[in-house]
Amino acid sequence: MDNINLGSIEKIPLGQGHCFIVENEEIAVFRPRAGGLYAVQNRCPHRNGPLAEGVIDACHVICPYHGHKFDLQTGRGAEKGETVKIYEVKEESGEIILKL
Amino acid sequence: MTRQRLVVIGNGMAGARVVEEILKRAPDLFEIIMFGAEPYGNYNRILLSDVLNGKEKPTDIFINPLSWYKENNITLHAGLRVLKIDRTNKVVVAMPVSRGAKPYDRNSTALPDDSQVSEPYDKVILATGSRPFIPLIEGWGAPGTFAFRTLDDCAQIEEYAKNCKRTAVIGGGLLGLEAARGLLTHGVQVTVIEAGPYLMNAQLDPEGGRLLKSTIEAMGIQVLCNTITTKIGAENNRITQLLFKDESTLETDMVVVSAGIRPMTEVAEDSNLAINKGILCNDQMRTSDHNIFAVGECVEHRGQLYGLVDPIWEQARVLADQITGVNPKSQYTGSKLATKLKVMGVELVSMGETEAKNPDDEIVVYREPKRGIYQKLIIRKNRLAGGILLGDTQAGNVLMQMFREETSLPKKRTELLFGGSNLPSLANAADLPDHAQICNCHGVSKTQIRDAIILQGCTSLNQVGQCTKAGKGCGSCKGLIVQLIQAYHGQVGYDPAEHYYVPGISLEKSQLIAAIKAKNLKSVSHVFQELASGVEDAASKVGLASLLRSIWNEEYQDERDARFINDRVHANIQRDGTFSVVPRIYGGVTSADELIRIGTVAKKYNVPMIKITGGQRIDLLGIKKEDLPHIWKDLGIPSGHAYTKAVRTVKSCVGTDFCRYGLGDSIKLAQEIEHKLQGIESPHKIKMAAAGCPRNCSEAYVKDVGVVAIEGGKWEIYVGGASGGTVRKGDLLATVETHEEVLKLVGRFIQYYREHAKYMERTYSFAERIGIDRLKGILIENEMGICKRLDEEIQKSAAAYVDPWKKESEEPLYPQQFEGPELVHVLQEAINNG
Ligand code: SRM
Ligand SMILES: Cc1cc2nc3c(=O)[nH]c(=O)nc-3n(C[C@H](O)[C@H](O)[C@H](O)COP(=O)(O)OP(=O)(O)OC[C@H]3O[C@@H](n4cnc5c(N)ncnc54)[C@H](O)[C@@H]3O)c2cc1C
Ligand code: SF4
Ligand code: FES
Repeated sequence: MDNINLGSIEKIPLGQGHCFIVENEEIAVFRPRAGGLYAVQNRCPHRNGPLAEGVIDACHVICPYHGHKFDLQTGRGAEKGETVKIYEVKEESGEIILKL
Repeated sequence: MTRQRLVVIGNGMAGARVVEEILKRAPDLFEIIMFGAEPYGNYNRILLSDVLNGKEKPTDIFINPLSWYKENNITLHAGLRVLKIDRTNKVVVAMPVSRGAKPYDRNSTALPDDSQVSEPYDKVILATGSRPFIPLIEGWGAPGTFAFRTLDDCAQIEEYAKNCKRTAVIGGGLLGLEAARGLLTHGVQVTVIEAGPYLMNAQLDPEGGRLLKSTIEAMGIQVLCNTITTKIGAENNRITQLLFKDESTLETDMVVVSAGIRPMTEVAEDSNLAINKGILCNDQMRTSDHNIFAVGECVEHRGQLYGLVDPIWEQARVLADQITGVNPKSQYTGSKLATKLKVMGVELVSMGETEAKNPDDEIVVYREPKRGIYQKLIIRKNRLAGGILLGDTQAGNVLMQMFREETSLPKKRTELLFGGSNLPSLANAADLPDHAQICNCHGVSKTQIRDAIILQGCTSLNQVGQCTKAGKGCGSCKGLIVQLIQAYHGQVGYDPAEHYYVPGISLEKSQLIAAIKAKNLKSVSHVFQELASGVEDAASKVGLASLLRSIWNEEYQDERDARFINDRVHANIQRDGTFSVVPRIYGGVTSADELIRIGTVAKKYNVPMIKITGGQRIDLLGIKKEDLPHIWKDLGIPSGHAYTKAVRTVKSCVGTDFCRYGLGDSIKLAQEIEHKLQGIESPHKIKMAAAGCPRNCSEAYVKDVGVVAIEGGKWEIYVGGASGGTVRKGDLLATVETHEEVLKLVGRFIQYYREHAKYMERTYSFAERIGIDRLKGILIENEMGICKRLDEEIQKSAAAYVDPWKKESEEPLYPQQFEGPELVHVLQEAINNG
């Protein structure tokens, strides 16, 4: 397991997501207004929508393409059988640290 | 207590269904192990026809995805075929299906070796289904010959058809016709070859069969009856023709055979269970071994084999009752087959017998050849013994019910087909008896649907489907389900959440607006804080943002995270993640200068496609997010708002300036409207048009707002028109004389719509919901005394309009607004703390 520093937390606008490509994996990192940081695979399992562009709340993201919804904590989707991969991520003195 | 081990052989419609029924009754009784020769979870075989005709994607027809097995602790051996049940040692033995082999072929596995899998059992369920029957035809098996049974068959047929001009389908039954219809969508010529004298001879009589033939031929499918195929001719490994018994031939590039099915009994046979044509079962669904059950198409019960799903659901319920011991009295006594058939473009219901048998059988026939209608009922002892409804199936639901229940029939037989005063009206599901089966694919009764609506609060087709599965099969019952929701939801299952403006805040629109104004809430996060105890709801943010913008205009405090991506960057996201740019072209009129600028921009940024839209404008497609602000700057044309819920286009015809029919200056008026109202936010998009005369070349009758010039220098104003997914002619709101009056009334209507429409409600629903008479009362006669206020509000919003492209191309709102994904370079850090 590697700790990867993705840079300043300010890269992600409050309440939005941002996509990082790390070792060929597209990872969407979200910064909810309610606090915390979450990271999930960027590509929606439905038809590859970019989740980083989705609308979020404290613990969900809604895919911009067809509105499928995913839990940021567990990766579980609201549609039967859909899940996204989740990654460990945290903020440390203003920097985004991702575990891969 | 250790669980009993239940091994299910066959992972098709019957196998998966019986497991669901068992889990419903006793979730912890068994440790369940399933074998499926196909390499997938369980899918809806019925919908293969829709996959072939392009209506469904393969991934959309899965009933139970792999995660379902996991969640229910079921071990699934997919891609493994069971060879036998070793009844002495009580183990089931299986082998992987060899690569490229058909799961239903007899020798689809290698000989037993160390890839063999054995599972001990306490109980076994056989659900092996059937295999396609292939008649003896010389040359069968060559490349280009297919059967139609599995998802893989379907994919291979589609793939092969790409390089074919002509296809032949052998077999004119239900499946053959579905296959033929599906192939037609792949742009090939299709011929159906039927050995018997007419099509679908299991469900039709000769007259019905002949009529069906002409319906099918009218679709462009050629039909040959009384034709027996003897040989498939090929040259250089490609099929060239079919040879028939009468020595005639047909040129073709591929062949699909659909000539019936045969139960797969070899596992039962090799395990020494009693079989005849199918696996023999008693009324408890037990085979000749007390611990082994069977269900589905592989079963022979009371001398009967079934090839439809309806009986399978009944069998599965009885089997589950028995195997779990929940209801030892439960019995399966056979099914009466009544089905709606679903060949695209053909309406057909068939039940029971198709011909009279006894001298005193009564036959009732109605024909209307011009409309392709043929209806025939066979009545015995005042009960329905059979029926065919071809071309018009309105009476189908009620008749299928009477047939299954053996109800005694009304004296006037015409009432059976056309309804009558004492009979339930034919089309109304609410009038059907409680136990009536609504969804024939999943065997869901009216009571079950009612319970879902009333007890579980389902108010949409989708929710009812999720609760009960109704409507998730072939879909032909969806209309009935909607009727039931209307009936019960109105009466009993009233769900106020339906009326909330956004799901996360329990207020209707007017209450929500009042609360927002009273508390002076100007940003989305503020609204959540004050009205939802601080709990954000992703599904509500976008709707709230739009509402706040229309309430507060320039005082609105923008938070970009509350907007949909299109509205964050003022462009429409595309399927590949790029964006599209549609500049505003007032009234569809542009200039040489504008065109040159558009062209220059397109070249400079390598725009992959420049398209004239259906809205009389130009679309630059395939643009990278990073390029958006630069393109806007170079264009110097305002945003066309093609990405948002706002005033979009005002289309125009050429009007009095050029057209010899023109009665009014449609171009000028369209441009005036568009300049005044451009970009104004609303619950959904607003598209308008102005036409210079009632020939209506700009399609003004079918726009959200349309104005049409008529003789005498007047303009008619239509509202609530539609020409997208819904088509509706607008309602005439008023006839006025001047452009000023048009502008005023159009603005007034739009403001009223902004204030009272639900989020995402287009004007075609809104105008219908409020009613044109009330709209006239409120907006023209000023019954509520709000006209002046409406006029002022829309004026305010219009004045507050700022072109977002101009503003944000000069300076992004926040640094990351137009940033794409970031490539992270991971350095191999030397971790050495020593
Ligand atoms: C570009 C255009 C097609 C074209 O090349 O001609 C288009 C493209 C889209 N239309 Fe459209 N519509 C376009 C004219 C129309 C028209 C014709 C018209 O405007 O005169 C209609 C019928 C009129 C109407 O709106 O009812 C039309 C009815 C729809 C609908 C169905 C609305 C309905 O309730 O029935 C949708 C879906 C929706 O709104 O939910 C839709 C949605 C879409 C979306 C925005 C789908 C989406 O959310 O991504 C498409 C964007 C494609 C993209 O990636 O850029 N589009 N669409 C047209 C742009 C017009 C413009 O200049 O702004
Ligand atoms: C294109 C098409 C359209 C249809 N349309 C309709 C319709 O509109 N209405 C209707 O009522 N019916 C329709 N049917 C029929 C319906 O699909 C069948 O009645 C139903 O699928 C039968 O269910 P089953 O579980 O008995 O068999 P299947 O669904 O065939 O399932 C049996 C499964 O067991 C597997 N299997 C067999 N032997 C073994 C073994 N030894 N080891 C492991 N696995 C094994 C098979 O591979 C198969 O996956 C249609 C069928 C097709 C092909
Ligand atoms: S009709 Fe409209 S929404 Fe559908 S694919 Fe074409 S552009 Fe997209
Ligand atoms: S791609 Fe995400 S919902 Fe369709």
